[in-house]
Amino acid sequence: MTDILVYVPNSGKHAAEVLTLARNLGDVAAIAFDDAAEGLAGEYGAAKVYRVEAPEAADYFVDPKATVLVDLARQAAPDFFLLPSTDEGKALAARVAVALDNGLLTDVSGLEADGTVQQDAFAGATVVKSKATKGFTLATVKSGATEPAPAASSPAVESVAATVSEADKRVRITQRVDEPAGDRPSLADARVVVSGGRGVGSADDFALIERVADSLGGAVGASRAATDSGYYPHKFQVGQTGTTVSPQLYVAAGISGAIQHRAGMQTSRVIVAVNKDADAPIFGMADFGVVGDLFQVLPQALEEIEKRK
Amino acid sequence: MNIVVLVKQVPDSGLARQLDAQLRVDRNGANNVMGELDEYAVEAALQLKEAHGGEVTVLTLGPGQATEIVRKTLGMGADKAVHIEDDAVGGSDALTTSAILAAALGRLEWDLVIAGAESTDSGMGVMPHLLAARTGAPALTGARKIETDGASITVEHQRANGYDVLTANLPAIVSVWDTINNPRYPSLKGIMAAKRKPVETLTLADLGVEAAGPDAAQNEVLSAAERPPRAAGQIVTDEGQGGAALADFLAAEKFV
Repeated sequence: MTDILVYVPNSGKHAAEVLTLARNLGDVAAIAFDDAAEGLAGEYGAAKVYRVEAPEAADYFVDPKATVLVDLARQAAPDFFLLPSTDEGKALAARVAVALDNGLLTDVSGLEADGTVQQDAFAGATVVKSKATKGFTLATVKSGATEPAPAASSPAVESVAATVSEADKRVRITQRVDEPAGDRPSLADARVVVSGGRGVGSADDFALIERVADSLGGAVGASRAATDSGYYPHKFQVGQTGTTVSPQLYVAAGISGAIQHRAGMQTSRVIVAVNKDADAPIFGMADFGVVGDLFQVLPQALEEIEKRK
Repeated sequence: MNIVVLVKQVPDSGLARQLDAQLRVDRNGANNVMGELDEYAVEAALQLKEAHGGEVTVLTLGPGQATEIVRKTLGMGADKAVHIEDDAVGGSDALTTSAILAAALGRLEWDLVIAGAESTDSGMGVMPHLLAARTGAPALTGARKIETDGASITVEHQRANGYDVLTANLPAIVSVWDTINNPRYPSLKGIMAAKRKPVETLTLADLGVEAAGPDAAQNEVLSAAERPPRAAGQIVTDEGQGGAALADFLAAEKFV
């Protein structure tokens, strides 16, 4: 049987995707640092949970968790060790790679039982298949790699008590500041994303993009051109230097579709584009496109959507 | 405060990029540029130098043509550069690359290492943490703001829905996003001065690194293919009913 170690952070959809992907390959042993993560592991079919009790770990960046993960990986000697491709997941995977002198594959979008992984190179223009040639398959899994499918299990829980060493206290988290995006879903996890680009023209006019997003129950995104112009805050940027999204529906309004932007959204299931320029590259990847003025098209679409609700 | 900035020459992400016959990033095209986030790392280093004194050293690993980006960073104001250039490096994985860079960092005096949060080519985003694991220095990654008093460093670590304030003693390794500053352009004076700044070239033998390249890699690329193009969609021109047509499509796809 294939043994798969999975690091489960406490936040929802992405972790559920990794657990779903892992469960389809073999027996999953989940590593959970809190109750939420432990609960998620049971909801998504883990056979075993390493429930780590390290209350101090939350006060420090990466190092204490990395030490626990290295110890568990050494002890469990798995065939796969999967983590979500988040900043934290990648940081932890890097620490494990050096400590165990084991290769590392990041941003994996598909995984086969023989250890072959699929990755998107060059902003998704090229699909690469790779494999670990030594050690186990240590990989971080991209958001949206699969649809999360619940499968309740009653995992065997092994309690792991961990003390945080002085060396692992070298980066202290002194403050956590949340900047909530209001009632909208978070960009990375949203089922629908509505993004505006340079064509929106001003910060004030982004209100139209917000109205469309709210009407579809989606998150608001922005192209780099829009964030660089100050139309919308940088943290909502979709693209190579922003967030990568893979929603069911992506609406691009006033976005030309430069490579920088496509890198962040081209694995969306359905893509809709509205742009004045019929030659904009975004139309080459759209399932449905409207060549026209977004200030004419979107208000009319909004009105029609509200009528149908 | 002595700062080392990691920079990497990458194929221009605005143009078509490909893998070569050995399934490695094709760097032989004429369109190689400095990594997009590297400029922000250089700028962050220059601003800290202006406030605290010391020297900014640029460290890069790459073929001879990477001299172009080294010159650019010196033109921006970096004091000197170290360029690791060795034919045996090609085909190395991230783990080996980190061992080479860590060996180079071991020869330099630094209080701070600054890198971009990820490269524009492989985009793994793991190098600062690989280097932290190898050097034992604390890593404070994904910064949108850096502050230091010369003994310790505090950064705002950017998250999707906010930020965490991280603090550690120097020496430390940080990586930055493009939210941190607005990189300067090299001035004409800077470009002239850059010609006289020292660039040290090192080989793997100089660094005492024996294993590199594909033989030392722990991963193998099996195949690469162009992503199949998306099926052509339906494009309509708005002649007064474009918005309604859009709503029809969304309803048919069950988004309304």
